[in-house]
Amino acid sequence: MIETPAALRPSVAHERAKSIMPSSESNTTPLPTFEVSNLSIWYGEKPAIQDVTINIPSKTITAIIGPSGCGKSTFLRCLNRMHELIPRTRIEGKVLFQGQDLYSPGSDPTVVRRRIGMVFQKSNPFPTMSIAENVVIGLKLNGVRNRTLLDERLENSLRMAALWDEVKDDLRKPGMSLSGGQQQRLCIARAIAVEPEVLLMDEPASALDPIATMKVEELIHELSAKYTIVIVTHNMQQASRVSDRTAFFYVGKLIEFGETTEIFAAPKEKKTEDYITGRFG
Amino acid sequence: MMITPAAPSLAGSIAAKMKPPSRFGDKAFEWLTLAMALAVVGLVFLVGWQLARGSSLAIQRFGFHFLTTSTWDPVAEQFGALPFIYGTVVSSLLALIIAVPLSIATAVYLTELAPVWIRQPLVSLIEMLAAIPSVILGLWGIFVMIPWLRDHPFPFLKKLFGWTPFFSGPIYGVSMLAGGIIIAIMILPIVTSVSREILRSVPNLQREAAYALGATRWEVTRIAVLSYAKKGLFGAVILGLGRALGETMAVTMVIGNTPQIAASLFAPGYTLASVIANEFTEATTDMYLQALFEIGLVLFGITILANLVAQLLLKTMTTKMTSRVAQ
Repeated sequence: MIETPAALRPSVAHERAKSIMPSSESNTTPLPTFEVSNLSIWYGEKPAIQDVTINIPSKTITAIIGPSGCGKSTFLRCLNRMHELIPRTRIEGKVLFQGQDLYSPGSDPTVVRRRIGMVFQKSNPFPTMSIAENVVIGLKLNGVRNRTLLDERLENSLRMAALWDEVKDDLRKPGMSLSGGQQQRLCIARAIAVEPEVLLMDEPASALDPIATMKVEELIHELSAKYTIVIVTHNMQQASRVSDRTAFFYVGKLIEFGETTEIFAAPKEKKTEDYITGRFG
Repeated sequence: MMITPAAPSLAGSIAAKMKPPSRFGDKAFEWLTLAMALAVVGLVFLVGWQLARGSSLAIQRFGFHFLTTSTWDPVAEQFGALPFIYGTVVSSLLALIIAVPLSIATAVYLTELAPVWIRQPLVSLIEMLAAIPSVILGLWGIFVMIPWLRDHPFPFLKKLFGWTPFFSGPIYGVSMLAGGIIIAIMILPIVTSVSREILRSVPNLQREAAYALGATRWEVTRIAVLSYAKKGLFGAVILGLGRALGETMAVTMVIGNTPQIAASLFAPGYTLASVIANEFTEATTDMYLQALFEIGLVLFGITILANLVAQLLLKTMTTKMTSRVAQ
């Protein structure tokens, strides 16, 4: 069951076309994609994230690591307001997305999520839809009706998700007919079809076998040319393989954040070192 | 060599003290459940057989005409069930047309939209509706619903749609439409609560997938919830139809009990279940009783037919999906 707080209720008509903020393309100095300051989140009375301050630079891959329950998924979800789907969440602090406040009263979560896409731990294609329908559903939701445009985006997204060659003859088959790894890449294609600016990935490869994992990792690497990617993983090898920067979370706090090579070669904090050397977690 | 619970080398250990598993319990369990399952099937056949036996003379005498003629004259011993069949089918379909959108909308509200604190009270209220005895609902129908329908919604409908045959003719209050409405009220709780269970079983991951694409709540409900639950919801509707076809007491009290086939929904009608309930005590001649038994058989047949058709539809829906997988 999903509860949605009052703020998310579509009581006001959504004007999708109007974005939450003016485009910042003209800006020459690249803003960090996310500037998070003093962010705390509670589920009911339980604190999930405490006082996190972090800047996530644009067009890079940032990995978030940490033991189970450290708040890494919560942190990821508050970057596109997905955590609001869980009842009784409370948030404090600021999250700026390209300089604009994600949580300002005028910001519409549906628009936020359109610009900040997400891929989940378990692949979740829509079972009643074909492969093609799964990929373009986001565009259709946003009012794109032009057949040629949809077909173009379909092929583009599937190519970007490295899935095109495997499915190009089966586009009308259900999305569920694919293997687990293919389904996950289908979900990635679905997420990038709407051309978001950021991709959030919540342990995207944790349910996949090593070969499928490898493919998804390669894909993440290629996507980073176009997108800012934030990936939560509990696999430290994966973090070190794919990411440019790594953030280590522990019991709701950001312990250390820096270049991935540095975090893994010479962590500054004792906790980080203990974790990456496998002494706990 | 047989595998024993404990390896020979473990003699004296706790494993050696364990009893070998009993096959008896397993077998008994299997037979018991099988017997229960067969008893249910057997009961259905028994009912069908009894109904057929009770109406054998009528079947012989009227044959197929029983289903296609409209005269119901116990004095002359002329029996035709067509108006009752018509009444049952039309009142049930009316009930579905009214109840299904309401039920599914209620279920969607309860699972997707309602604030948590309001959900349980609402669910309890709906379940309470199911607990109202049929005859009480019928009384309410006669004394409250019918006068109100007669004075307000019916004249309004007539004004709007009076040019169609369905809403023309005199308004008595008691009518096919009133019957449909009362059945709708009766099947609403079951269709709602089954639909609600089905919507609740939709994985959250599906909703999240839609939300993450920037879908609004309505869009999430449409693409992730309703389409996922389509088949289950269809099942809920069929369950409602089964109930509607057999609904007796409340309908009998508001439908007017006139064996006629009228296009107008304002005209009184009669259902299979109602005629049995109304006339069993008066069935003095053998042929009369036989005819009522045959009415029962027809109702039994319609209910089974409706379920079979539903199963078939469900199957074609499923095979269409799986054959797409197999291609």
